[in-house]
Amino acid sequence: MALLEMKHIRKSFDGLEVIRDISLQVDQGEVLSIIGPSGSGKSTMLRCATMLETIDAGEIWYLGEKTAWVEPDGTMVYPKGERLKKAHSCFGLVFQNFNLFPHFSVLKNIVDPMVHNQKKPKAEAVKEAMDLLGRMGLADKADAYPCQLSGGQSQRVAIARALALNPQVLFFDEPTSALDPELTGEVLKVIRSLAELHIAMVIVTHEMNFAKEISDHVIFMDKGMIEVEGSSEEVFSAKNDRMKAFFGKLEH
Amino acid sequence: MSFQVMMQQLGSGLLRSIHIFALTLLFSLPLGLLVSFGRMSKNRIIRSIVWIYISVMRGTPLMLQLLAVYFGPFYIGGLKLGTMWRFTAIIIAFSVNYAAYFAEIYRSGIESMPPGQYEAARILGYSRTSTFFRIILPQVIKRILPSVTNEVITLVKDTSLAFSLAYAEMFTIAKQIAAKETSFMPFLAAALFYYVFNAIVAFGMERIEKSLNYYT
Ligand SMILES: Nc1ncnc2c1ncn2[C@@H]1O[C@H](COP(=O)(O)OP(=O)(O)OP(=O)(O)O)[C@@H](O)[C@H]1O
Ligand SMILES: [Mg+2]
Repeated sequence: MALLEMKHIRKSFDGLEVIRDISLQVDQGEVLSIIGPSGSGKSTMLRCATMLETIDAGEIWYLGEKTAWVEPDGTMVYPKGERLKKAHSCFGLVFQNFNLFPHFSVLKNIVDPMVHNQKKPKAEAVKEAMDLLGRMGLADKADAYPCQLSGGQSQRVAIARALALNPQVLFFDEPTSALDPELTGEVLKVIRSLAELHIAMVIVTHEMNFAKEISDHVIFMDKGMIEVEGSSEEVFSAKNDRMKAFFGKLEH
Repeated sequence: MSFQVMMQQLGSGLLRSIHIFALTLLFSLPLGLLVSFGRMSKNRIIRSIVWIYISVMRGTPLMLQLLAVYFGPFYIGGLKLGTMWRFTAIIIAFSVNYAAYFAEIYRSGIESMPPGQYEAARILGYSRTSTFFRIILPQVIKRILPSVTNEVITLVKDTSLAFSLAYAEMFTIAKQIAAKETSFMPFLAAALFYYVFNAIVAFGMERIEKSLNYYT
């Protein structure tokens, strides 16, 4: 059973169709990268998958359960109550600009959702959070506030915060593009270590070498459609004109 | 009248001013939050009603509003209200007036919050209510504190408007003594009291602002 299935998704903003009939699937432990030029709809796709954005057509399934669909009259529907909660607990999202809570310490950023939303006992949550921070190389930052962290450290805290809720799939929207070049390495290293733990991930990124190396599956999007997809080797050796144009631009 | 008696009378007036001040804040700060929700409501009718309320509160003199609340029940409903009504009317008028100002401050603070905070909260499983009270409101309070301080300091001085209902707060008493003794002294003393009252309030607000300086 697929972890996530998105079927025939469409999405428009003010009449402009940004996602045009995209379907994709993510299996347990799979790493999927989405690449493509700016404005091709990559972020919108992630926002639809994480239900931050409604869809205009199509269906979203998590763990074999339909969690968002569109009625014939065009209104989008979520299941109610527990089923929606269950779907929500399947995934986590790491934002480009971190979105840590500035008024909480690093530790509280991680612990508060565990205690307040998942009803974990505080002591247990703190212990897990400290373990995670250790794995991120940030054990000494537990009591710091987000404003005292570098971009790379902030993003690692954001990853720890997402992981703490035990998602089955983690979405990343350009996790390194708000960072200074010398800080991207530390974040990519952490993401790589998650791949080794077989946590399913969907990564929107402009780091082509990283995508090539880490992905089981790659999607190249252009103008709201999937232009090329396949295994890492297949996609990066594809002779698609739009892809060539895209890579050409990247090199300059 | 001896200096000491004058100070005693002014002092009891000051206590009444503080009473008005404290009760007004107690009611108008939460009420203002509620009003700001109405102002940002998705329902157009609620939004319009609240908009009219705010613009009337801000567009007419507070003294007039005091008179309206105090005499309104009598002129409109023919009600004769007891001796407690004077003080109650003052608190209602002040609270309802200040709530309008606070509502606009809350609104500007809430609207200045980046959407990413709401989105992160949603992804992490916070309910709408917890998102507001745990994530958004604490940050809004920090952002709006300087504007709130301005209003609070204005309120200290505005309490003197209760003299228009002949309520024996400090300014009313100063005026009475000044008339009886044909002296300017009571006004000077009252000015000093207001100044010190304000200085203490400003100091308190500054402490609160400092206590929130641990993050940016
Ligand atoms: N909330 C919105 N309202 C209106 N238009 C939007 C909105 N969000 C995205 N768009 C538009 O949808 C298109 C796709 O945007 P999206 O952010 O998904 O692209 P992207 O592939 O993530 O690009 P980038 O690489 O620059 O992040 C763009 O033309 C964008 O202007
Ligand atoms: Mg994007």
